[in-house]
Amino acid sequence: MVSISPVSQKSAQIRFALNGEQTDISFAPYKTLLEVLREDLNHTGTKHGCELGECGACAVLLDGKPVLSCLLLAIECHEKNVLTVEGLGANGALHPLQEAFADLGAAQCGYCTPAILVTAKALLDQYPHPSRDQIREALSGNLCRCTGYLQIFEAVQAAVLKIGGQNESST
Amino acid sequence: MSQQKDPPAKPCNGTDGDALRVIGRPRRRVDARAKVTGQTRFADDISLPRMLYCKLLRSPHPHARIRGIDTSRANAHPGVYLVLTGKDLPIEYGILPVSQDEQALCVDHVRHVGDPVAAIIAREELIAFEALDLIKVEYELLTTISDPEEALATPTPRIHDYGDEGNIHKRVALEFGNVEQGFAEADEIFEDTFFYQGSTHLPIEQHASVASKDPDGKLTIWTSTQTPHYLHRALAKVLQMPAAHIRVIATPNGGGFGGKSDPFNHEIVVAKAALLLDRPVKICLTREEVFYCHRGRHPVLMNFKTGVKKDGSITAISLQTLIDGGAYGSYGVASTFYTGALQTTTYHVPRYRFRGCRTFTNKPPCGPKRGHGTVQPRFGQEVQLDKIAEKLQIDPADLRLRIAESSNAVTANFFRLSTVNLSECIRRVVKSSGWREKFRKLPVGSGIGLACSAYLTGAGLPIYWNKMPHSGVQLKFDRGGGVTLFCGATEIGQGSDDVLASIVAEVLGLDTFDIRLYTGDTDLGPVDLGSYSSRVTIMAGNAALQAAERGRDLLAQAVSERLSIPQERVRFASKRVFDSNAPENGLSFAEAVCLAEARFGTIGTVGSYTPPKSPALYKGGGVGPSPTYSYTAAVVEVAVNPATGWITVPKIWIAHDIGRALNPTLVRGQVEGSVYMGLGEALMEEQEFRRLPKKLSHALVHKFPSMLEYKSPTSLDMPEVFTELVEEPDPKGPFGAKEVGQGPLLPIMPAVANAVYDAVGVRIDEVPITPEKIMKALADKKAGRTPRFGPAHFPHVDWPDALRVPPPWEGGDGNALNDVPRRERAKPEQRPGATRASEKDQVLSS
Amino acid sequence: MMRLPLFAYRAPSSLEEAARILHGEGPSAMPLAGGTDLLPNMKRRQQVPRTLLSLRNIEALRAMQLGHSGARLGACLTLSDIASDSRFRNGATVLAQAAAQVATPHIRNMATLGGNLCLDTRCNYYDQNYEWRKAIDFCLKKDGVTCWVAPSSSKCMAVSSTDTAPALMALGARVRLVSQSGEREIALADLYNNDGMNYLHRRPDEILAEVVLDSWHGWRSTYWKLRRRGSFDFPVLSVAAAIRFVSNDGTGAACCAATREGNVVEDARIVIGSVASLPLIAAEAGKFLVGRALSLETMAEAAVLAARIAKPLDNTDFDMSWRKKVTVEFVTYALRELRGDDVGAERTAITHNPSWT
Repeated sequence: MVSISPVSQKSAQIRFALNGEQTDISFAPYKTLLEVLREDLNHTGTKHGCELGECGACAVLLDGKPVLSCLLLAIECHEKNVLTVEGLGANGALHPLQEAFADLGAAQCGYCTPAILVTAKALLDQYPHPSRDQIREALSGNLCRCTGYLQIFEAVQAAVLKIGGQNESST
Repeated sequence: MSQQKDPPAKPCNGTDGDALRVIGRPRRRVDARAKVTGQTRFADDISLPRMLYCKLLRSPHPHARIRGIDTSRANAHPGVYLVLTGKDLPIEYGILPVSQDEQALCVDHVRHVGDPVAAIIAREELIAFEALDLIKVEYELLTTISDPEEALATPTPRIHDYGDEGNIHKRVALEFGNVEQGFAEADEIFEDTFFYQGSTHLPIEQHASVASKDPDGKLTIWTSTQTPHYLHRALAKVLQMPAAHIRVIATPNGGGFGGKSDPFNHEIVVAKAALLLDRPVKICLTREEVFYCHRGRHPVLMNFKTGVKKDGSITAISLQTLIDGGAYGSYGVASTFYTGALQTTTYHVPRYRFRGCRTFTNKPPCGPKRGHGTVQPRFGQEVQLDKIAEKLQIDPADLRLRIAESSNAVTANFFRLSTVNLSECIRRVVKSSGWREKFRKLPVGSGIGLACSAYLTGAGLPIYWNKMPHSGVQLKFDRGGGVTLFCGATEIGQGSDDVLASIVAEVLGLDTFDIRLYTGDTDLGPVDLGSYSSRVTIMAGNAALQAAERGRDLLAQAVSERLSIPQERVRFASKRVFDSNAPENGLSFAEAVCLAEARFGTIGTVGSYTPPKSPALYKGGGVGPSPTYSYTAAVVEVAVNPATGWITVPKIWIAHDIGRALNPTLVRGQVEGSVYMGLGEALMEEQEFRRLPKKLSHALVHKFPSMLEYKSPTSLDMPEVFTELVEEPDPKGPFGAKEVGQGPLLPIMPAVANAVYDAVGVRIDEVPITPEKIMKALADKKAGRTPRFGPAHFPHVDWPDALRVPPPWEGGDGNALNDVPRRERAKPEQRPGATRASEKDQVLSS
Repeated sequence: MMRLPLFAYRAPSSLEEAARILHGEGPSAMPLAGGTDLLPNMKRRQQVPRTLLSLRNIEALRAMQLGHSGARLGACLTLSDIASDSRFRNGATVLAQAAAQVATPHIRNMATLGGNLCLDTRCNYYDQNYEWRKAIDFCLKKDGVTCWVAPSSSKCMAVSSTDTAPALMALGARVRLVSQSGEREIALADLYNNDGMNYLHRRPDEILAEVVLDSWHGWRSTYWKLRRRGSFDFPVLSVAAAIRFVSNDGTGAACCAATREGNVVEDARIVIGSVASLPLIAAEAGKFLVGRALSLETMAEAAVLAARIAKPLDNTDFDMSWRKKVTVEFVTYALRELRGDDVGAERTAITHNPSWT
């Protein structure tokens, strides 16, 4: 195990995989992953609504699991994999979740959307065919003030079908 | 100035036989890709080289005089670049000309916990935050006024040195016809007192602004505002700078709901700091600070007295409202009128009296939240109707069907209605919910309730008096076939960009993604007054329609000449311009633009929109008129545990009279989002304040200014919603569209209350409707007392003599009998930078 | 954006080293596990440790051993680890249910079992930003002199808001505390102190390393949580109950078939959470149940006995007298469920979560 030595108050460095890219970054050591993503790495797709773990807008995937970047010290992400909304699409194409969210009205103001998308991705990675109740439960840590959630649930369900279709055509 | 009349009956306005290709189809919104990729740039996403951070020092006292401020230690703190106090920004501003009562930093008087007194600009936000403690402010504490009754009883110290008297901000009284005569003619008279606690918007995006001095010395501010034009005016006034040197860019709002409609102190502070330092300055509020900006739903105590005939027809309504305004005016004068404005728009009310009183209190200022001012009395009216229906032994749905207003009516208070499809909305939800099989027939603990509402499609008058259009659109046609739209309209999530793109695309035969949009920027686009009062679709939409039609006509003329066909035969579809008789005979859209440019020179068109004149000429008649109104009916099913009062809402059915859905996907989203927000208000959102024991403390604080304790429903708390749209194109709206962003919220709270009564037989005459209140009412029921939870009385208010306005059917002309007629009242033009207008000149809306 | 204050950060890879650092740094150092409680508190300046001792790199703290004789659960197992492990069913359902209802899925992926057991006590006057607390001249728990919940009280009234502690107390759990000077194992119940400020009997130099459980074979257990919404919210009342019925077949296993009214209680533990500064063991109610069958009357009497000890105050969500009143109902739900009644509808209504039925 790596043991990071006591940090100076000037800067900390980590190496981690951000959306699959090896990333070396130094930053003020008091910063959370949220601040480093937005301020030091210009990845502003990850949002914030409270910085206290009370809204879910800052969710990212840490080694595949949804976590809150506002409550995670960046220094603790050394050698971890972090996925943000910027890493959802591949080869210039949107992720099926993104397509479905765009088509079905799941993003209104779009502010909670990035966090909901990565959270939904983690759900589908674990359960490719989630029930409506599983979707509700998985997204219960993401407040949305615009949609009333229903079009979000539908978009996740539509993405399940899209992904299923893609997998069929690729096999 | 071009005052647009009803949309001209030309092709593509949706009234002819042409199939619509864009309008009315469920579509991906134009800004969807940016939003699902996280590329939408919200204000806090903007970062500029050499940018500094600002934090505000806020008052810890609810009411105090500032005796002195010592900023020397903060100034000397390493990393601090600038400290500002009230004397740096002393000019007062406010959203309404009659309420110029805010200062960016309080000069000598703080009026609520959270009122800003100083600003620190530093290299890092953490440094700015920590340096706040180095500023020493000496306060002299003043008596705390915590609610309207206390405000009425405590004329001094005054929270403001203006207003009607003491701590009464505004008192209004209007009477349309002889209400006492109406009561005399009634078979039954009902009198009920209701309380609506108030709530806040809670957009997930916290307010943020970045200001920067441009290389040429001008100012640019990027900010999460719904009203860039009004902020533009406030900045010019407070900074004493020519408006021409200020550029306001409204970044897409991460939710607004009315909470970003005022010019805010933090916006003015960062603008000033950027000018002084010649460096970009950013501020992003914490969630707690967003609660201090507030401008949310006013707490309102209401007394409804309604006379009815045995058949349910209303003979008269008398309504009193007592309104907790908080510490500043904000939109409050308009809000006050709104608490009495729309009672007449749903059901026929032949005589109507309204008296409203807004008081100042030492709490964050209230203002416009989704449904502005009309939500609270709508709750009272719809719950009272449920009581009336029960007493008269008429089904509540049938009662409403009997008394629903009809299309094109002019109401007792002189609001001209356009299409009214309230009855169809009621019939739809009655059918879809199985109302006839359920009402009063479900087992104990299960219940169903119905309520209706109406809402404006855009305020008929601007915030400040002027004769200019409310919205303008410019279109630029490119030789490559591109069309660029410029408009001040602000995207707050509601889909205003998509509305504009869809209208232009439909008229020009393009795809919405062919349109490039520059919106919410005061430098680039003509003025649109802002995203409030559900006005963008009808106003910016009609302006876009006009601009697009003017462009289309130029292209059509050029193409008709080339094809040697009459202009009427030129059609626009599928990015082509062609002969309707021989569709293969045509050109690409880009070729058509080139032809037109060769024929007429550079192709650019403009459109603008001014609402029709209202017949409500009496003073106060500026609040409530609208080109047309939307209508909604909702049925809510509840489950209430009789032992605990625990309440859940499994299902909601809602029908909304939209006129025409421009993009049904977005319309449904607005309906469901309104249901969601209404349900939060109905059940759990509490804008509560905590007063510490008076002997020990002056404190009056928001009980829980956090996302954790201010309870916004989660994905698990959202019921199933069955949405139906009633579509009869309204002649006033672009392609017949009416509003949808606010109206569907209104019936939810009263429908919940009515359903609770159906479930367990207790009346909750108060919002929110919590398990505790239900259980108290159940205990009263068990003990044989009145099974009700709600306010006991409405306090005495010294009402002024009412303005007496005879309704249309009594020969009224819209003026008050006991006031100077409108045409003789002066209406001086307000210029940017003008000082406070006298009260009698006010024309208000929101 | 709210910012953390400056701190030094240490992340040792062994428990011994961690204990040594904690010993050396004294009370100004605090262990950091999931961070979901401590970091918000630091942002609000409620807790401002000079040093954060991260436990993230200590593999031993994430160990889980389950066997016939019971279980040893590393303190840094996440709540998701616990909630998703199907081995915590039957007798230990109470733990899985409690863990699964903490906050949100995201927070459960971060928050740890040990962190939830050591959760700072909560209060509407305390869990506020620095600026807000300044506006009330602070409170007894932090920087002030008055407990605004009970101004005449010399004791802080902040509320124990952990979900897993009542659950584990119902299972009779013990915890292992490690320090440089050695280690000790105490009953989880003895970890808690009825004082909102000094709510733990953990010394500042001790690390809660492990939760130790005896076998739950033969027990049935359940957890009922009151909160406003289906997620996010801390409990404002919770009931954890575990019962072992007198067995008919001699194996002590009464969990396979629905237990009927006729079955007699051999042992019972009822713990009421979030109505005091520590989880309360309803000993009298538990004792009352022993030797009785769970008839409606028995359950009603036990519920009244259990609810009697709940003393909610006006410092959480919901009206305090209502919280007190519904305590009886919640205990009854738990007992009915344990005797085999179908309380799915009540559970769904309260959790807002159909997955729970």
